[in-house]
Amino acid sequence: MRTEDPVDQMVAALDEGYSLILFPEGKRNTTEDAVLPFKTGLYHLASARPDIDLVPVWIANLSRIMPKGELIPLPLLCTVTFGAALHLNEGEAKADFLLRAASELRALAPAPA
Amino acid sequence: MSAPPSELLGFLVAVGTILVLATIAGQTMRWWLAPDRSNPIIEEINARIASWWAMVVLIGLALLAGRAGVVVLFAVCSFAALREFLSLTRTARADHWSLLLAFYAILPLQYLLVWHDWYGLYSIFIPVYAFLMLPVLSALRGGPERFLDRIAETQWAIMLAIYCASYVPALLNLHVPGYEGQNILLVAYLIFVVQFSDVMQFVWGKLVGRHRIAASISPSKTWEGFVGGVASASLAGMLLWWITPFTPIVSLLVSLLICLAGFAGGLVLSAIKRDRGVKDWGYVIPGHGGFIDRLDSVLFAAPIFLHILRYYWSVK
Repeated sequence: MRTEDPVDQMVAALDEGYSLILFPEGKRNTTEDAVLPFKTGLYHLASARPDIDLVPVWIANLSRIMPKGELIPLPLLCTVTFGAALHLNEGEAKADFLLRAASELRALAPAPA
Repeated sequence: MSAPPSELLGFLVAVGTILVLATIAGQTMRWWLAPDRSNPIIEEINARIASWWAMVVLIGLALLAGRAGVVVLFAVCSFAALREFLSLTRTARADHWSLLLAFYAILPLQYLLVWHDWYGLYSIFIPVYAFLMLPVLSALRGGPERFLDRIAETQWAIMLAIYCASYVPALLNLHVPGYEGQNILLVAYLIFVVQFSDVMQFVWGKLVGRHRIAASISPSKTWEGFVGGVASASLAGMLLWWITPFTPIVSLLVSLLICLAGFAGGLVLSAIKRDRGVKDWGYVIPGHGGFIDRLDSVLFAAPIFLHILRYYWSVK
């Protein structure tokens, strides 16, 4: 059972001036889809601190370098692509925001080889 | 370790002189035509020349260091090339072990076999044993989707990045009568002639290139560049006969052959890049791209060069 809300913990860290790295899919993606549906924590964080810049970051090749459950990484090339910062629009519904955030992330993916 | 042959210093001075002239030409072009750095071709040429300085110093040091230097340099090049190549393939999770084995076992083992001059094994280790064993590992992990595609891509990666590259240090194992202790010069000759051919194909192509050889594969490869580049580099190879066991005429013919093989390597690897939708193999070498962008021609030329020497000059 949770003793403290994880969103509160993240908000507290932001208020102290830290940057956070979130993995909004909530787990390793082992499916064929480029991006899994986002968990709701991102929305709750964005509504608690609407001024915070949410920067989407695409990490290419990560699942080949270190697939889920493997112990030794492959020394492949990995590229990290940063997108433009997002914010929660006024009155934007949770589902809309999460879809928009996920599609902003997907748009950073390099063209499929 | 024996001292480097005296011809090596003369060779390195000659290469240094070419680079000094190229640097002066590149800077003069910029100063004359586009001092505000607005001409992308001139800027690319100058970036390439600057990278050549770094590569020549690195290769020169490896040649001066002798056998250990060349073996280590090419093992590192193999590692970098394998990494660039496999990054663009579409392997699956089931291939994780076989890919780990390629990087951490097959690569060092191949270079160990070359180091110990075990020709009978290093010439078949990858095309027979690695090719048969790696798909077994992938099959044991399950996942039959695109299995043939995946193992074929992996095998071609290992063939080019490890096997073909290891033929450069393998030149050090040859025993050419009257040429003892000078094999390092064969490495210098191969790299110089093939790379000079690439450079001169670029230069001739930019100057007079009109008719594309395979427009859908590479927009920069033209018949004019090909003929001018291969002819220039073959002549340069003839002028370098004094570092080889060849007569000038034979040196011209051998250079012609390795330039043609080098061209084939550039063409095939361009086709792979085009298929994968990338312009360069990587970003490591400014103006050039990745390691494979520079190595492609050497990979095709090295086995041919070694076999010619082995069958016609070397006592086995």
